[in-house]
Amino acid sequence: MMAVTAARRRATGSSTALHGLMAVGGIIMVLFLVAHMYGNLKVFSGQAAFDGYSAYLRTILEPLLPYAGALWILRVILLLSVGAHILAAFVLWHRARAATGGRGGYRYLSTANRRGVQRSYASFTMRWGGITIALFVIYHLLHLTVNVIAPGGASESPYTRMVNGFSIWWVVLSYAVALAALGLHLRHGIFSALASLGANTSTTTRRRYNQAAVLVTAVLLIGFLVPPLCILAGWVGP
Amino acid sequence: MKITLRIWRQPDRDAAGAMATYEVDGISPDMSFLEMLDVLNEELALAGGDPVAFDHDCREGICGMCSLVINGLAHGPEALTTACQLYMRHFTDGQVIDVEPWRATPFPVLKDLVVDRGALDRIVAAGGYISAPTGAAPEAHSVPVPRKDAERAFDAAACIGCGACVAACPNGSASLFLGAKITHLGALPQGQPERDARALAMVEQHDAEGFGGCSQIGECTAVCPAGIPLDMISQLNHDVLAALPRGKDQRG
Repeated sequence: MMAVTAARRRATGSSTALHGLMAVGGIIMVLFLVAHMYGNLKVFSGQAAFDGYSAYLRTILEPLLPYAGALWILRVILLLSVGAHILAAFVLWHRARAATGGRGGYRYLSTANRRGVQRSYASFTMRWGGITIALFVIYHLLHLTVNVIAPGGASESPYTRMVNGFSIWWVVLSYAVALAALGLHLRHGIFSALASLGANTSTTTRRRYNQAAVLVTAVLLIGFLVPPLCILAGWVGP
Repeated sequence: MKITLRIWRQPDRDAAGAMATYEVDGISPDMSFLEMLDVLNEELALAGGDPVAFDHDCREGICGMCSLVINGLAHGPEALTTACQLYMRHFTDGQVIDVEPWRATPFPVLKDLVVDRGALDRIVAAGGYISAPTGAAPEAHSVPVPRKDAERAFDAAACIGCGACVAACPNGSASLFLGAKITHLGALPQGQPERDARALAMVEQHDAEGFGGCSQIGECTAVCPAGIPLDMISQLNHDVLAALPRGKDQRG
């Protein structure tokens, strides 16, 4: 038997384990997005319902938990998921570059078949797409959560913040661009997460999961895009 | 047929390489890609030059020695085909064809189109076997194998270990190879006692060799001459993630 010369790296830090971690973080974020989209759609029920829902999120399980206690528990879970997802992504990105001389899919001199055989656009834009989404999320939090950036005017009412912001065309445009990046990320990411966790068991399952990824992505994109477009069109207002 | 070849030439492991252009004439459409390279090498040798080094052995698609990236695709443009089973009729008269070696950091180029694929051997050595007492072969029916599991193991065993999956992977991952090896033994009853240890040891070796991780892009399965499906990578992920919390390495 050949001598095992190369040093062993512990399996807990293996690329497989990191992909599993990234997948769990990603799935938690997708679940958050579903809840977030549901909350956004309350904008169609009017200011009282929307602001009431926002206030309710802070009083869940009161008085068992202090004010905003449940919300902060969810926020910490979400932050840990985001942190683990991004950390794993950068470590894996570094390893992929090291394995390919830093050139990834462009390491052959031939200019023929640069796009490979069957890979999707979504699958090879995961990393830069993820960075785009991260930058948008920072801006989005400063705008609508922390109330620091206030295009269209700051307000204590979440409903008014949302309506003021999305009445401006470039706010809606930047939101749509970020959603496009999110859509591509989820199109590949949902399938990839399931496969990374070992759930892809056959060629048929691979097809089904890809169809599920497209469906979930489409529902999320439509659900997130409809409120800002309706606000911009003036159908939902103060 | 007349073909213009742009071939990666590199004198040895440490030397810098470059693409060199050659013209070959009188190529029959019925020649295999390797036979076309043979024609070129005969001409180079007769002219006193250095023939192009490339790996080849059985030339019938089962040994896994072929390792040519043809026009940017591992094993060339035909699906489920090794470079030795690729025929010149799949190209056009006068075509310019780029030929490069497998590219990945764990596969150093030894000369021209020949790379060292010892990393794959070391992954198999780390756990791609079962420990069984020696002696006479056991009676075939002593351990029943469900037909579905036998089929799955056979499908995985079709992997010829050529490394095209690594050559095609944008992450430089050998996960399809690894998935085939782990599925092959993990699907059979004989592979169960060491299933956890095998998955952990092989994935550790895979990473230690410097291969990247799998992001489920699927280029590997598209170029695989043995048709190893992408779900065998998911099987590998499943087995590793299931073994991690148990954390047992039966071989210490």
